[in-house]
Amino acid sequence: MPESSSTEHAQEKAPDKAPEKELHIAVALDGAGWHPAAWRDLPDARTELFKARYWAGLVAEAERGLLDFVTFEDAFRLQSTLLDGLDGRGDQVRGRFDAVLLAARLAPLTSRIGLVPTAVTTHTEPFHVAIGIASLDHVSGGRAGWRPQVSARSTDAANIGRRDLPELTLEDVADLANLPQRVEDLFDEAADAVEVARRLWDSWEDDAEIRDVATGRFIDRDKLHYIDFTGPTFSVKGPSITPRSPQGQPVVAALAHDVVPYRLAARAADVVFVTPHGTEHVRSIITAVREAEAYVGREGRPLQVFADLVVFLDDEPGAAAARKTRLDELDGAELFSDALVFTGTPEELADLLLEWRAAGIEGYRLRPGALPYDLEGITRGLAPALRSRGAFRSAYEANTLRGLLGLPRPASRYATPEVVAS
Amino acid sequence: MSRPRKQVHLAAHFPGVNNTTVWADPRSKSQIDFSSFRHLAETAERGRFDFFFLAEGLRLRELKGRIHDLDVVGRPEALTVLAALAAVTDRLGLAGTVNATFNEPYELARRLATLDHLSAGRAAWNVVTTSDAFTGENFRRGGFLDRADRYTRAEEFVRLARELWDSWDADALPPGGEPDGGDLFVRPEGIRPVRFEGRHFSTSGVFNVPRSPQGRPVIIQAGDSDEGREFAAKTADVIFSRHGTLDSGKAFYADVKGRLARYGREPYQLKIMPAATFALGDTEEDAAENATHIRRQQVSPQTAIAFLEQVWGRDMSAYDPEGPLPDVDPDLSEGVWGGRVPLGDRVELAAKWRALAEEKKLSIRELVIEVTGRQSFIGTPETVAARIDEFVQADAADGFILVPHLTPGGLDDFVDRVVPLLQERGVFRTEYAGTTLRDHLGL
Ligand SMILES: Cc1cc2nc3c(=O)[nH]c(=O)nc-3n(C[C@H](O)[C@H](O)[C@H](O)COP(=O)(O)O)c2cc1C
Repeated sequence: MPESSSTEHAQEKAPDKAPEKELHIAVALDGAGWHPAAWRDLPDARTELFKARYWAGLVAEAERGLLDFVTFEDAFRLQSTLLDGLDGRGDQVRGRFDAVLLAARLAPLTSRIGLVPTAVTTHTEPFHVAIGIASLDHVSGGRAGWRPQVSARSTDAANIGRRDLPELTLEDVADLANLPQRVEDLFDEAADAVEVARRLWDSWEDDAEIRDVATGRFIDRDKLHYIDFTGPTFSVKGPSITPRSPQGQPVVAALAHDVVPYRLAARAADVVFVTPHGTEHVRSIITAVREAEAYVGREGRPLQVFADLVVFLDDEPGAAAARKTRLDELDGAELFSDALVFTGTPEELADLLLEWRAAGIEGYRLRPGALPYDLEGITRGLAPALRSRGAFRSAYEANTLRGLLGLPRPASRYATPEVVAS
Repeated sequence: MSRPRKQVHLAAHFPGVNNTTVWADPRSKSQIDFSSFRHLAETAERGRFDFFFLAEGLRLRELKGRIHDLDVVGRPEALTVLAALAAVTDRLGLAGTVNATFNEPYELARRLATLDHLSAGRAAWNVVTTSDAFTGENFRRGGFLDRADRYTRAEEFVRLARELWDSWDADALPPGGEPDGGDLFVRPEGIRPVRFEGRHFSTSGVFNVPRSPQGRPVIIQAGDSDEGREFAAKTADVIFSRHGTLDSGKAFYADVKGRLARYGREPYQLKIMPAATFALGDTEEDAAENATHIRRQQVSPQTAIAFLEQVWGRDMSAYDPEGPLPDVDPDLSEGVWGGRVPLGDRVELAAKWRALAEEKKLSIRELVIEVTGRQSFIGTPETVAARIDEFVQADAADGFILVPHLTPGGLDDFVDRVVPLLQERGVFRTEYAGTTLRDHLGL
């Protein structure tokens, strides 16, 4: 883990390790929600989904609920029910925005909540992604994160046209612990892309801008650093064109389902999103994540482990399940997800989240089944339920996303520590 | 025969990372804080400008292998900041410079379409092609493309981007008047696959952003070579030019507009907007004094020496900037600038400058002030408004991209004092007539 553990600039207190620690709650925003038929309940969904005000409303609601951050999905392909290839269907949401720009559009409208867009590493320039996320951190005053994502599908590759990837088959992903080498290579490339971004984010020391009229110098060039990264698929010289951002290092969060992505997360991320389906599974996943950290020789803080859940919430017992069943019928299939699908009341969800917390989960990324309905179930139902049990904040305690997650602001890795006489 | 008075178009250039931008002034604020971008954008919108403009440079400039430290340095990723500005402005166009050499069409087309949606139709792309091995060191593709290849790549790039933008029918998303507008979110036949085989790009697939409010975001071009002008005539909606004097402006204007017919385009379809700087004052004398003061701020003693070093190719730090020019000749053995277009024949230039300095009795610093960028418009608000109008009516320009020297307040005076006079003359809008940038530009 290339992150300095210096706490010199730490503005927020480090988290304590007590089991009663408050939970972190994030929400994953995508389309009209994670159920493919959810758009049918959203008035004017076809136009609203492509208006800024729809997203602004969602993020404002999440911020009113004091949530830690929101994530935004992204991909270089049209949505499809097929693993790799288009399905020609028109009865589900199709089309989406560039996630980094969507997050930036929402930054001036919010003041505390973290904004974590997805950006694919397989088909992008690491330099552009790094300055994009750093710029998001500047425009949001220190609330940016990045969810790096690998894309192994031929559909995305053909859209971009820079590299050929064969069709991804069910066989390729049947055993997630044994991915084809070509897919493993993409994870290695993603780790390199994050490494480049982290070096670029540090390539300007915090005090590089000096405005020294006497010598006519705007910057102290000794505080700007080449990063000289060389890897199998790209090399990047640096330094960044963007000065160091408010958080220094924006938060990196990766979704991971098995050992190869756990290792990517262990090498590159601050937060890992995992997909347990029960309390025992939580324990085995956390063991696997810690093994991955040891395997890659991670230094500094361990990963914060967040569990992903798809949630349908109603106050009335049974109502959420009935709602989901109705949406399944509209879609013609039962909702399929990599994450556990929860239907129930906010109190029941709070029970589950606390049970998993006892097994080692520090936070959750909840995927609302339908928007804005299940988001409001989280902000107006779940959050107060957790709060009444002492497990969720009653006010924002920090101005930055790192601060909300209890991560100190690291010094640049290139900064030479000042020698202080003792 | 008289024609109706042409309307002036105006854009606001966020101060750049060069010595036009004065940082050693007490009023100079952050070059990177969002508040600075917001201030300038809000000022431009208050002045009913057509658009706000961000430049790009993907590698920090170097002099003699070292990062140049005398000018403002550091900027954000342009489209990210423009997306944030879309939240705090309502009508102002949002133009970002993005290199066609170090990006891929599908990715950039969807970023621009996203910006167009998120700004309700205000996105523009300034297509630049600058590419050298120096900048390439930050990118996958690395390397260098010569000028001819740069423009064939840019031309293919824009063609493919437009195919992608056009690939969703405007009504691919059925209008959903009723609460349940039917079973279809999208009409699958309203989205056409795009297959492209060119010299530079080979792609096939389906775009994943619905048609944006402008359909096609506005294309700006800022190259000056013959290839660049031809590319603009064929492809661009706006040209950002360096030809800001009356004579060179007229020649450039006639040349580029003359190329349009070849592509079946009308003169109004390509707006020509030179970069322009300005210095205002209550009287002509005040304005001249202000202009001189700004020029001295722009050319610090150290900047004067650095400027000379570009031409002489030698370490000149021992020379007194307030003293005479060196009598040694330039050293031609090495290229000195990274990230900058090389100057022409340096020996000839040095001889010319020495002659000029001798004739006018100029010190090194005075010489540099003399030979580099004097403000385009100097005078009272009345004279500056009249000059701008004159340039536009004389077909030296369709308007200007104003480059203020101070971040972020460098346009405040212009908007408060010059814009009302242009409005009084009836050559500049008092309210936005439309909502999109295409509306503002009459496209
Ligand atoms: C007024 C003006 C502004 C420009 N701004 C930029 C810029 O911000 N970033 C960039 O990379 N190139 C910029 N350029 C460079 C050109 O877009 C172009 O790529 C370069 O001049 C090479 O093309 P040419 O040979 O046709 O002139 C600018 C050029 C002009 C004339």
